[in-house]
Amino acid sequence: MITLTPLLTAQPAGDSSGPIWNWEFAVEIFPEILTAFIQVTLLVTVVGTIIAAILGLVIAILIRVLPTPLALIVRWAANFIRMTPIVVQLLVLYYGFTWMDPLLIGFIVFGIHYATYMSEVYRAGIESVPKGQWEATKALSMSAGRTWRRVVIPQALRSTIPSLGNYAISMFKDTPFLFVISVAEMVRVAQTIGAQTFRYTEAITIAGLIFLAASYPTALLINRLEKRLAYAN
Amino acid sequence: MPTPTDPETPVIEFVDVEKRFGDNIVLKDLNFSVRRGERVTLIGPSGSGKTTILRLVMTLEELTGGYIFVDGEPLTHREKDGKRVPVSAKEQKQLRTRIGMVFQQFNLFPNMTVLENIIEAPIHVLGQSKSEATAKAHSLLEQVGLPDKANEHPMSLSGGQQQRVAIARALAMDPEILLLDEVTSALDPEVVGDVLNILRTVADTTNVTMLIVTHEMSFARDVSHKVMMFDGGRVVEEGAPEKIFSDPTHERTKQFLSAVLRDA
Repeated sequence: MITLTPLLTAQPAGDSSGPIWNWEFAVEIFPEILTAFIQVTLLVTVVGTIIAAILGLVIAILIRVLPTPLALIVRWAANFIRMTPIVVQLLVLYYGFTWMDPLLIGFIVFGIHYATYMSEVYRAGIESVPKGQWEATKALSMSAGRTWRRVVIPQALRSTIPSLGNYAISMFKDTPFLFVISVAEMVRVAQTIGAQTFRYTEAITIAGLIFLAASYPTALLINRLEKRLAYAN
Repeated sequence: MPTPTDPETPVIEFVDVEKRFGDNIVLKDLNFSVRRGERVTLIGPSGSGKTTILRLVMTLEELTGGYIFVDGEPLTHREKDGKRVPVSAKEQKQLRTRIGMVFQQFNLFPNMTVLENIIEAPIHVLGQSKSEATAKAHSLLEQVGLPDKANEHPMSLSGGQQQRVAIARALAMDPEILLLDEVTSALDPEVVGDVLNILRTVADTTNVTMLIVTHEMSFARDVSHKVMMFDGGRVVEEGAPEKIFSDPTHERTKQFLSAVLRDA
């Protein structure tokens, strides 16, 4: 407890005197934080989710259709990525590929990292398609491509959409890790404002509230979608 | 000898067929043939290998021994230099398009409408135009008594209706061979008659070869040219339905028939 005391009492001098929460200041800094949210946090989440959703499906299908040794390599690679921290992956690309734009690194790392999670969701979805469906496609001599595109994937997706949505929210909440590669995402911008003005409370609180305001409705939406999918068919 | 033996080239011929699942031998030394247009019903207690035979013809199960010929062509393996070698995927697919199957559990695609279920394979496997396939689908739906269900989804249909769609879907491929695997076993008793009547009409109006597994003995008697009684993976007795049902010679057939006819 003693070690925490300095943190709690160490209010910086200067601007930080006065009330803990200053509305005027909060309103003043809000646009800058929101801009960082839209330009970085949201962008990385959207691009990352699109990459992850597509690549995850590709990984799941590859593991299923490739001959065993190759499938094992893909599975092993996916496990490796899933089992290492996203911060480490960001740093490896950041220092390994210095010519790459940090935001691009963000897209790639978040996309690939979450693709490995989503591939597991897809795998479960694919396995949930009854054997009889595969047999019907064979009895109709459907090609492998048509079987996947018209029968297996559409049915597998139904059960996966809620889980994919939850991973998208997870990714969204992981975006502050971008600070390790100096991307000016929302939390870093808020922290910088705090450092410059010695008022952290407003900046960090606003960042937190923006996270909440974005992820809570998304979670509700996913919930609703899940119910709708459960009733349809 | 792994070549077709019947001079008239049977539509289906089993030569020394053996099927095992692990150590469990389901079929052993099975030899029989089905002529063009012939309707053959397989009867026997469950676990006797009847359904496995249909699944082997549809290539849903791997053939572990022997040979199956369709129109005189090897379906899964051929003998080459004294060895059993698999046929190419292309050859197999070519034969498979001549075979249609109706399943106990219907296996319609729930994400497609009734019409889409029926036209998918004619368009993308047989290369028919969409309008051609659609016109055929509508006439088949009429034939199975569901002219107004084309745009419904399978899950909104009753079991009997789903099975009728499944029959239409199989017929849309113009199969030479139609495999019927306990097609009424999952249905409510009151709709079994409808489905069987449709199949009787198909039998009467087409020359499609049928291989049937059913527990509906009156249907088997009506539509089949030949009935084969299976037990323990072997044919115990075979003959015309009148003979098998009224005057079975084998003790096992007598027992089986008295048991199923008592239930019916």
